[in-house]
Amino acid sequence: MAKKESTLKNMLIALMVITMVSGGVLGYIYGLTKPTIDEVNAQKNVKAINEVLKTDKAIASTETVVIDELTYNLAYDADNQFIGAAIKSVSGEGFGGNVELMVGILADGVINKVSVLSQTETPGLGANMVQPKFKDQFDGKNPADFKLKVKKDGGDVDAITAATISSRAFTQAVDKAVNGFNANKDQFMKGGDNE
Amino acid sequence: MSNWKTFTKGLIKENPILVLLLGCCPTLATTTSAINGMSMGLATTFVLIMSNLVISLLKNFIPDKVRIPCFIVVIASFVTMVQLVMQAYVPDIYETLGLFIPLIVVNCIVLGRAEAFASKNPVWPSILDGAGMGLGFTFALTVLGSIREILGSGSIFNCRFLPEDAQTILVFVLAPGAFIALGYLIALVNRLKKTK
Repeated sequence: MAKKESTLKNMLIALMVITMVSGGVLGYIYGLTKPTIDEVNAQKNVKAINEVLKTDKAIASTETVVIDELTYNLAYDADNQFIGAAIKSVSGEGFGGNVELMVGILADGVINKVSVLSQTETPGLGANMVQPKFKDQFDGKNPADFKLKVKKDGGDVDAITAATISSRAFTQAVDKAVNGFNANKDQFMKGGDNE
Repeated sequence: MSNWKTFTKGLIKENPILVLLLGCCPTLATTTSAINGMSMGLATTFVLIMSNLVISLLKNFIPDKVRIPCFIVVIASFVTMVQLVMQAYVPDIYETLGLFIPLIVVNCIVLGRAEAFASKNPVWPSILDGAGMGLGFTFALTVLGSIREILGSGSIFNCRFLPEDAQTILVFVLAPGAFIALGYLIALVNRLKKTK
């Protein structure tokens, strides 16, 4: 087949056919991978909720509410008593983008555990926020007497070496979750009784 | 040029990173660890092979004046495919590479090979050219990633060989380390090529 001339008609046809075929194929692949992607994300969410709310009380039911851009996954035990909330919190102050955390806070306001959902910090530096050495320092801390700020800013959080910005973002996300929890916790406890 | 030569020229002689210096942006940005470099390389290899294949098939159908937009649409489609598939099946790697997967679209190597090779050659050599270039790219990224991971984090392919609190040369996982490591690597390759 000889090379097509660059006439308006040929150019239009070529571009149109290529974009249409590409669009079709992409739509098909999107449909094909969408269920798996959703499942992967949902699994990650469930795993993180169970991880950050792990106590000796078994979670019998969960409920998800969204208040002021924070997503609260409320967990209740078999007697419908409120165990705690796994709060999805994001900080945009990271060094390499958003830092997304799942913060588990128990009914008494104590931080149970924090899990990193997604982060794009520098590997070897800020990305070390996923290491137990950093994130486990929040475990079992009561925000009432544990100042959620890095030590450089006058708080109680040990920052990661050479990654103060990432540590700050992490701490900020935890702080957001704590504040949101405190503002809404009465509602959460009542919610459990009503059921 | 024989098919074998078409394939192997991308590996060393015309290695996209070490000799042609094409596509340095993702190279510098994603090679913070060996596994990241390798995944980025393999994703690019797939896009290179597929786009070379399709563009070579379509070369007579595409009029000259609109060839660049046509190439870009084809390349972008394959990149999006890679992105969706990675998101579904290797979410961890997808997250670390993040933005750099969609940026394969504007990687100079991919468009460069489409323009310089695939649009002028038959299908089979085009596939080999894409594979050779892609593997050369992967090779360079993996080596660079390994060097930076060993020096900067004290590990290789995520296996630590230094104790947790050992001092490492942190600058190598940061941006300046990428330039330093790449510079030395290119110098070394040039030296080796001269002695041959």
